[in-house]
Amino acid sequence: MPQAAVEWEPVIGLETHVQLGTSSKIFTAASTNFGDEPNTHIDPVVCGLPGTLPVLNKRVLEYAVKAAMALNLKIAQHCKFDRKQYFYPDLPKNYQISQYDEPIAEDGWIEVEVAEKGKDTYLKTIGIERLHMEEDAGKLVHAGSDRLAGSTYSLVDYNRAGVALAEIVSKPDLRTGREASEYASEIRRIVRYLGVSDGNMQEGSLRCDVNISVRRGSDAPFGTKVEIKNMNSFSAIQKACDYEIKRQIKTYESGGTVLQETRLWDENKQLTKSMRSKEGSSDYRYFPDPDLGPIEVSIELQDQWRSELPELPSAKRHRYAKELGLSAYDSRVLTDDSQMASYFENVVLAGCDAKLASNWITGDLAAYVNAQRITFDKLLFLPEQLAELIQLIVEGKISGKIAKEILPGLLEKGGSPKNIVESQNLGMISDPKLIEKKIDELFSQFPNEVESYRAGKKKLQGFFIGQLMKNTSGKVDPKLANQILSKKLNAN
Amino acid sequence: MTRITSDDVRKVAKLCRLEIPEDDIEKYSNQLEGILEYIAQLERIDTLNVPPTTRAVEVVNAFREDTIVSSSSDVRDKILDLAPQREGEFFRVPKILSE
Repeated sequence: MPQAAVEWEPVIGLETHVQLGTSSKIFTAASTNFGDEPNTHIDPVVCGLPGTLPVLNKRVLEYAVKAAMALNLKIAQHCKFDRKQYFYPDLPKNYQISQYDEPIAEDGWIEVEVAEKGKDTYLKTIGIERLHMEEDAGKLVHAGSDRLAGSTYSLVDYNRAGVALAEIVSKPDLRTGREASEYASEIRRIVRYLGVSDGNMQEGSLRCDVNISVRRGSDAPFGTKVEIKNMNSFSAIQKACDYEIKRQIKTYESGGTVLQETRLWDENKQLTKSMRSKEGSSDYRYFPDPDLGPIEVSIELQDQWRSELPELPSAKRHRYAKELGLSAYDSRVLTDDSQMASYFENVVLAGCDAKLASNWITGDLAAYVNAQRITFDKLLFLPEQLAELIQLIVEGKISGKIAKEILPGLLEKGGSPKNIVESQNLGMISDPKLIEKKIDELFSQFPNEVESYRAGKKKLQGFFIGQLMKNTSGKVDPKLANQILSKKLNAN
Repeated sequence: MTRITSDDVRKVAKLCRLEIPEDDIEKYSNQLEGILEYIAQLERIDTLNVPPTTRAVEVVNAFREDTIVSSSSDVRDKILDLAPQREGEFFRVPKILSE
């Protein structure tokens, strides 16, 4: 019987590890500072020496609960920590303290806006299975080779061991590489808005593992699941998924079988390669950690933490589009970074038109902020000052050209655009008498051009405007000048 | 009674990275069985009205504040020295075999 041409459907789920930005580690007072000398942030608890007692950092719980709330997860009335046993040198105790069957939160969702060049933007709700707290492992340096294979021995740095992580597990609701990368970006946006993590993928404070399979149509049972690791950017997540979808479909269609395994994304070669077979691998023998008591987050504490949550990116996007009339694109760009969004809101609060503010902020200001490697809250040019600048243009006091000219100075030092315009005499010439006088001067300077114009060479109007701008250092009101110029050129 | 088979002993030994001579497996399976039997006495207690717990001490919500207390370089040195091999500021481990 010929097989019906049912399309392949990819099924993707993400496990995201978010480093929580606390000062000290999850169960001990050692520092979490990144980039220090090896093994400077170790202590007897990190290394699990006999007689030590881990105690939960309260801020870790706060950050985990806040993240869970932002992801619409249900906070557990009761949860506990478990030991996950495995031997690997990056794990000082030979077990990782994690949460197994009683995570802090379960069953949530987020709304993701999926935008791709050349395709329609759409909203999709992605389910979230759970969020749990756990400790990070240390870092290995492989000697004699840049990779594990070929190295003769390894060096271990436990500075990162015991740093708090929240692991966020999505439901298998994602269908394309783009959806996977948009989901991961939204998770990062959320944790950054909350201030619970810097979400830096390069430094490893946000790490994503992808679970991916393909099946024949949306009613078919799931295919064999492959795990992909080692993606250092959102675009790598997208590309790794798309590559893996194609690879699995090709494997099935050529009569092969997809193995259950872990594969690594190779950024240089742009492909996934087999790391190890998962079959019959780890038996983690989870059991409750006897050193750590159970956690019960009271309703009062939940209410308090909930009241401290900021407006989240998706709510902002909807509000900007609905209440401020911005396009979906502008709303998305402005809300990508909470500092930029808050700057924008302050400009609007100072009375500025939202669309005009958005143009300046996502254009010149964003370019400056990126070039300087700063954030919007560090700008010396304050939101009220940008509002003032835009107001000067709207009221016709200065031209857009003048505004762009004084902007670099404002970005560097801040200050009142109004004062600068006044002190440097940059105000727009909008006195008809004065403009007329300037035009008369121009006519006596270029009598031939006037004659040519009157003989039908209408394009010369642009020449006169150009000269007028030059003679007034761009300060003449262009609209008014054009009106008067036409009148005078055509008056005969 | 719970049976601990020879295969169980081999599996647990492997997971614990213990090398057990084949001749001793019988001995260990008997010993482990004895331990489980001893613990199994608990099954005779009527726990119908006792809520389940994972712990003997009922301490809930034991927290510490998020403050840093750095260990002295002395402590760090002592910990590094505890390792079978040390290389400068690193712990050194033998070649890692894939799983």
